[in-house]
Amino acid sequence: MKPTNINDPEYFHKVVDCQYACPAHTPVPEYIRLITAGKYSEAYMVNWESNVFPGILGRTCDRPCEPACRRGRVEEEPVAICRLKRVAADNKDDVRSRMPQIPAVKNGKRIALIGGGPSSLTVARDLAPLGYEIHLYDDQEAGGGMMRSQIPSFRLPVSVLNEEVNYILDMGIHVHFKRYVSSLKEILDQGYDAVYVGTGAPRGRGLELPGLVEAAANVHVGIEWLASVAFEHTRSIGKKVIVLGGGNTAMDCCRTSRRIGGEQVKVLVRSPFSEMKASPWEKEDAMHEDIPILENHVPKTYVAENGKLVGMTFEKVHAVYDENGKRSLLPIGDPDVFVEADDVLVAIGQQNTFTWIERDLGLDFDQWNMPVVDKLTHQSSHPKVFFGGDAAWGPKNVITAVAHGHQAAVSIDLFLRGQDLKDRPSPFTNLVSQKMGIHEWSYDNAVEPDYRYVVPQADKELTLADRKLEVELGFDLKTAFKEAQRCLNCDVQTVFSDSKCIECDACVDICPTSCITFTPNGEEEDLRHRLNAPAVNVAQSLYVSGALTTGRVMVKDEDVCLHCGLCAERCPTSAWDMQHYLYKVTKAGHSCSK
Amino acid sequence: MTYIRPKFRHPSAPTNDLGYTKREYEGALSTLCAGCGHDSISGAIIQAYFELSVPPHRIAKLSGIGCSSKTPTYFLGKSHGFNSVHGRMPSVATGANMANRDLMYLGVSGDGDTASIGMGQFVHIVRRNLNIVYIVMNNGCYGLTKGQDSATADAGSKSKAGSVNPFQPIDLAGLALELGAGFVAQSFSGDKPQLIELIKEAVKYPGFALINVISPCVTFNNNPGSTKSYDYVREHIEATATVDYVPLKTEITAAYAEGTGTDVEMHDGTFIRLEKLAAHSNPYNRLTAITALQVARMKNAILTGLVFLEPDPTDLHETLDTSEVALNKMTETDLCPGKQELENINASLR
Repeated sequence: MKPTNINDPEYFHKVVDCQYACPAHTPVPEYIRLITAGKYSEAYMVNWESNVFPGILGRTCDRPCEPACRRGRVEEEPVAICRLKRVAADNKDDVRSRMPQIPAVKNGKRIALIGGGPSSLTVARDLAPLGYEIHLYDDQEAGGGMMRSQIPSFRLPVSVLNEEVNYILDMGIHVHFKRYVSSLKEILDQGYDAVYVGTGAPRGRGLELPGLVEAAANVHVGIEWLASVAFEHTRSIGKKVIVLGGGNTAMDCCRTSRRIGGEQVKVLVRSPFSEMKASPWEKEDAMHEDIPILENHVPKTYVAENGKLVGMTFEKVHAVYDENGKRSLLPIGDPDVFVEADDVLVAIGQQNTFTWIERDLGLDFDQWNMPVVDKLTHQSSHPKVFFGGDAAWGPKNVITAVAHGHQAAVSIDLFLRGQDLKDRPSPFTNLVSQKMGIHEWSYDNAVEPDYRYVVPQADKELTLADRKLEVELGFDLKTAFKEAQRCLNCDVQTVFSDSKCIECDACVDICPTSCITFTPNGEEEDLRHRLNAPAVNVAQSLYVSGALTTGRVMVKDEDVCLHCGLCAERCPTSAWDMQHYLYKVTKAGHSCSK
Repeated sequence: MTYIRPKFRHPSAPTNDLGYTKREYEGALSTLCAGCGHDSISGAIIQAYFELSVPPHRIAKLSGIGCSSKTPTYFLGKSHGFNSVHGRMPSVATGANMANRDLMYLGVSGDGDTASIGMGQFVHIVRRNLNIVYIVMNNGCYGLTKGQDSATADAGSKSKAGSVNPFQPIDLAGLALELGAGFVAQSFSGDKPQLIELIKEAVKYPGFALINVISPCVTFNNNPGSTKSYDYVREHIEATATVDYVPLKTEITAAYAEGTGTDVEMHDGTFIRLEKLAAHSNPYNRLTAITALQVARMKNAILTGLVFLEPDPTDLHETLDTSEVALNKMTETDLCPGKQELENINASLR
């Protein structure tokens, strides 16, 4: 193998698994260390700069970082990254003074944002400090988009939502709430220099089955019903509720039902339980609230009597996989199951709808009626119009929407300054030695053996009685400290200098996870099998040095490195050094870095 | 400084025949200087015993005084240990071995502990052929007292302070050959693959097995002009042959082409295989082995590998015709047969 190019900003970035997995590339270990130091405001700002909504995401994020966490590869469970983020948000001081100043004199360019959800708000946050005049349109009565309409208050209190939405709206954003945009042409005709479409995937899919006509009054589309509850148009539901679907929306629907009158709430899914799209913790929370989840039930008919829904019939199936792993759900031959219900909530997916965009504006749509959007720049075929969030490529999650917002903001800024959109500015990176003395580091290199701490929850009696009472209580500061100590500091990198190595093997002997091997060079496939411990996780890189004095090379498997620093401590010549790597995704005009 | 080794290990770390990972053979974190050759030797010892699947509690490790003699703390943490008096490890080891022949003995010593204060002990353990692996961690200086030349420092070798050693070195391998040792090997802490194989063979060897390991003192004897620095040793190393320890005869035929080397059968049916023998090197002939050492010395080369092997040694238990049963397995009546038996013995001497 060729020597690893550690000057490539992505090499060490990839070693920081959590940050690499986060769509917005939040420097996770950085803020976790700040939490252990009790610097909650600083930790919050590291988050805010990257993911814009630390308090909201600290409660509701899909947490792509946690399955990626290295800790999960050396023991049972990853660090509770998401809930530590909440600790920073809950315990910070007033952080407004740390946020960027908004110039009083604008730069003369006007930008319209359609939709007030996380991606639009991110664009606003990134561009307002640069002097752009920003107009935000949304049909709801307040900002936040689906974070307000679909995430129930028992998971996300309105006060938290308002606080973080308002940090952005207070940047001098011109808001146009309760204003449904029915024509893109109308917006373009107002002379905006750029338009950002962040309208999400606002339409819930219905389920057409026999009996729907008669039962229609009690069959609701999940996301519309959640919005209606959130805005207090709906205040109750029948005692027996069927929720159809296996995603997080279904979990929110069933748990909301339990709080506004549902006593026997059941979730029925077509797929096996293990293949449901809902996050494992959301399924657990639903079951904790006495909501059974019935797997392998395919809905067949709505059953109504005297013009009113009384239940549904289901066919029982099992999953069969062909040699390509493609799943089919085949009937097992049991008689259909009847489940009683007063109301049915359909949470089987969301769709985009672009009926409001005229097709003669020069904005191309593909065969699925989705806009043609450049993956890198977020620009549509109409140069002034950019897309992001669920509106760009279909439903994902909040953190992905935020990541889109950052990239779109970069593009809009480049576009309005007349620069090439494909020429993306480099990320901010910094690599600094942590050496304080012969055996001392400026980070806490000891590896704590503790298992993951559980976030306490409020009493079920209380939370089921009040739709707005938050279920999770968050870590107390003592537990937060202990949980934060579980972080392995993967951003403190093991940096190797070929020229200093005397091949004494001290690092090989000390490494607790047998990551380091000195061996004759070879092809990657070959090397992976003759290291001190086989490097079978091909998703993780091998760090290869140049040729050493004996002709061998140093090969380090990044997979289960604990970043404990023992290799560098035992190195007599400082050929190994522990260096802190900070990687920040480019933001528009570097608006938020100091 | 970090004194606590993280408890996590590689999740797919290999296991040996006993189902143990290397962790069961590790000891406490080393407090020797970073980069000390001794730590590499500790690593090789851990690896060798792990690969041999020796139950850790069947090993007794003994040492004297010095940097080298501290190392038993850093390996085989679940084995028996005795950190004895300076230079007196051979006596303690002899006593322990005579009392309990069921344990496997590993003596660890340094050049000071063996070639200076312990010289009188060393020569006798060799000539008595005690069944023990005797590893000398040889760095040519007194590291614990700031690097004065030791008795194995080569004439002309320059110390860190700049003084040149005027005295001839004691050649421990040559001395052991002279005194009739049956297994004599030399190695270098920086050549772990070779060292691991040699340790495995020494463990399996049913008699006295000396491994003299050049182990650079990274703090006091790794300077230009020193003949025991990492760089100097790497440039002057000359291997006798490629050595492999082969657990069973069947595996020889499986893994090696016929006729490419010589196999030596051990008592338990395992084999030592020597391949790519260097010119003029015949490790089964004491005379050529001595010559090979002398030739290497004249050339300023360091001969490593298996220098001499006597395939069928007579160890001390055999020579003294001791009991087959370890003393701790005997009953009180065996150990103390009573007054009548004593009288019988006395009568037989009259």
